[in-house]
Amino acid sequence: MSAVVTDHEHDHEHHDHKPSGIKRWFYTTNHKDIGTMYLVFALVMFFIGGAMAMVIRAELFQPGMQFVEPNFFNQMTTVHGLIMVFGAVMPAFTGLANWMIPMMIGAPDMALPRMNNWSFWILPFAFLILLISLFMPGGGPSFGWTFYAPLSTTYSGDSTALFVFSVHIMGISSIMGAINVIVTIFNLRAPGMTWMKMPLFVWTWLITAFLLIMVMPVLAGAVTMVLTDKYFGTSFFDAAGGGDPVLFQHIFWFFGHPEVYIMILPAFGIVSSIVPTFARKPLFGYASMVYATSSIALLSFLVWAHHMFTTGMPVAGALFFMYCTMLIAVPTGVKVFNWVATMWRGAMTFEVPMMFALAFIVLFTIGGFSGLMLAITPADFQYHDTYFVVAHFHYVLVTGAVFSIIAAAYYWLPKWTGHMYDEKLGQWHFWCSLISVNLLFFPMHFVGLAGMPRRIPDYALQFADFNAFISIGGFLFGASQLIFVWLLVKCARGGEKATAQVWEGAEGLEWEVPSPAPYHTFETPPVIK
Amino acid sequence: MTKTRSLRWSLPTLLLAATANATDMPLNMTKGVTEISQQVYDLHMTIFWICCAIGAVVFGIMFWSIVRHRKARGVQPAQFHESTKVEILWTAIPVIILIIMAIPATKTLIAMEDTTEADVTVLVTGSQWKWHYKYLEHDVEFYSLLATPKEQIINKFAKGENYLLEVDRPLVIPTGKKVRFLMTSDDVIHSWWVPAFAVKKDANPGFINEAWTRVDEPGTYRGQCAELCGKDHGYMPVVVIAKTPADFESWVNGEAERIAKAKAEEQELLAMNMSLEELMSVGERTYTAYCAACHQPNGEGLPGIFPALKGSAMALNDMPGHIDIVLNGKAGTAMQAYAKQLSLKEIAAVITYERNAWGNSTGELVQAADVHAVLQGKGE
Repeated sequence: MSAVVTDHEHDHEHHDHKPSGIKRWFYTTNHKDIGTMYLVFALVMFFIGGAMAMVIRAELFQPGMQFVEPNFFNQMTTVHGLIMVFGAVMPAFTGLANWMIPMMIGAPDMALPRMNNWSFWILPFAFLILLISLFMPGGGPSFGWTFYAPLSTTYSGDSTALFVFSVHIMGISSIMGAINVIVTIFNLRAPGMTWMKMPLFVWTWLITAFLLIMVMPVLAGAVTMVLTDKYFGTSFFDAAGGGDPVLFQHIFWFFGHPEVYIMILPAFGIVSSIVPTFARKPLFGYASMVYATSSIALLSFLVWAHHMFTTGMPVAGALFFMYCTMLIAVPTGVKVFNWVATMWRGAMTFEVPMMFALAFIVLFTIGGFSGLMLAITPADFQYHDTYFVVAHFHYVLVTGAVFSIIAAAYYWLPKWTGHMYDEKLGQWHFWCSLISVNLLFFPMHFVGLAGMPRRIPDYALQFADFNAFISIGGFLFGASQLIFVWLLVKCARGGEKATAQVWEGAEGLEWEVPSPAPYHTFETPPVIK
Repeated sequence: MTKTRSLRWSLPTLLLAATANATDMPLNMTKGVTEISQQVYDLHMTIFWICCAIGAVVFGIMFWSIVRHRKARGVQPAQFHESTKVEILWTAIPVIILIIMAIPATKTLIAMEDTTEADVTVLVTGSQWKWHYKYLEHDVEFYSLLATPKEQIINKFAKGENYLLEVDRPLVIPTGKKVRFLMTSDDVIHSWWVPAFAVKKDANPGFINEAWTRVDEPGTYRGQCAELCGKDHGYMPVVVIAKTPADFESWVNGEAERIAKAKAEEQELLAMNMSLEELMSVGERTYTAYCAACHQPNGEGLPGIFPALKGSAMALNDMPGHIDIVLNGKAGTAMQAYAKQLSLKEIAAVITYERNAWGNSTGELVQAADVHAVLQGKGE
């Protein structure tokens, strides 16, 4: 795949007449500005959600109650989950999509730029509402990020109304972002950019966007039913009125399982961009990657009840969901095998993006293994709602999704800022994160298998040693991310000038525009041969 | 570890303390004490070793590649990017492994779900934050509450060996018999879990779930509520004692007798009047065990979630309303009905306590007969 960047491209650069100061950011319809805002927002949320995790780990450092009350502890686990899922990981991916998709397909901008502005700017308000709810009498939402009824309806505090409203806004933002991605990819690809020439990041995001527009309305329905059950006398989830509390879980996880893939498919795209660059060898099995991603997306609609094996379902149901869940291991395996085959007989170098991508492959696979174990229904009865599950989803979300986002940031930072980041500092960030994240999450497998339930503020004495180590790992991981912030600030302010191609092995349209990428790129579409 | 801890401990001291406190933790899932739990353990180990084997191969190849195929060694990158043969192979092999794994898993699952032909049936009801057990073949039912004293939780006293895993009245089941559990809930969703039996089943309000076990070894087995059920989710342990059938019979008959006797005494009590001191002392004990989790030991509640009793209009003025809400609960809120949980004497005492503690000095006494009257009034 090669592109011819036409000459008129450069004649148009003087057209970037943008307002200055704060107005630029409020009014902008530029995909790069909006991408930057999404990424900065996600980073801020990552630290707010992370601070809550530090509260959780401080309380769990020792048995007994030391710092917080159980009710506040539950608010911390709940809001930590909501912020990390909806405030950190999803906006970070949307930010990357905004920045990179138009540049990767040779489009001048996102197809719906004003909606793009709106979909970002409602987000800060959604999270402001969620965070303010913590200061209400009785505190914020404390029923877990999964907000199972009737704990979230009859038995919840009045902050539930704020929680529902803020989730609605997050949902609207996500749906608009997803529509924008789909419309852009369908309509604004440069001539010659056929479907099977699209970079994998574009492919995985396209599939993610379809998942988003399919399941975010389901989440909106679930929170609305919680709202009407609580305040308007309906009984969707109340047996006394003809409803069923387990119905809530079916609806929630019908959203929730595809949501898991929403948070990992773009990561697959990122790793599939980075590994070939630093192996200096084309991606192995491009077509099978596309098919595997699609199969994972389709299967994700058929496995939701594996989160609910203990709720009491017919044997036939449990078997169906067990088999479908096990089946997901096949396309996921294909992806991992493809990445390894890409490295095989390449000529690898190990800059920071590659290090995070390699860590992603190993640690995400470990999360995949524990996922496969959780699929085995009889064993799931022992794993379910223990720290084994906490270990599992943090391996796929932190060392999976978050590591991929960090890898992407290092990979494209020179393109965004025009400066190379500080490689030495980046390596420090990587090694500190890698060691501490495993100290943090690996022992959780053991405490879970030994029988420690999740979401408890206090625990039996046998779990004490491991929890102390886990907490230390947590504090170190939190501190390691400060290195990242320092590095980002340094890189934004200056540094060695980056070339257009940045990385020796990099291929694709985004590497054919100068670094930093001009405010407007591809006003005249490039021609892809 | 017996005194209130200062928060200014240094890291090494804390680590040392944690070590000194802890009993040894197993690193793996328990094999348990039933045939099913052994099968579950075997499944767990099988899938674990399969994952290890796949991991060893994949990561092995990857690390080999990282060591050998690096630019620093001056290698030229190959340019191959597909191989249908290999791709079919690494799709087919995992499918075969998964099928091999699914067969024993299916067998165990079908066995676990077969609740027929039970010898003993126990109705397990969860509520915030305790378990209630009812033996359907006997006139025996009781609540099972956390027995760990508050002082241990807030670090005033040294923590006991079974910290947070001990209850006042454990469930007792016979060994060698198929015991069926029917699970339900009075309020939110709870989950009844005993790792040694590999039984974890949600207790859903308004619905009944089934599970079963057959324990061969007499002993004491501990577990916890596994589904987030509100503030005190972490303080809802399950303790099961398995006794030989003979011991179980004598225990269950003794319990039935004790409960019948208590009911008879209750009737006698209606004619008696207790003193304020007696009511206050029984009342305080009952309040601490049943009410303080929500309304707080100081009666001030948690604003926005659990109402205060101190200075409340109901506790100061409305005595019939007060008795009614304790007996029957309040629909649509976390306030439970205590008519079946507490004796008339305890209810009378706790209401008296609530009307005379924390500066609520109404000076009013509530007697068992008053409570009985409200209860009967409801029944007619």
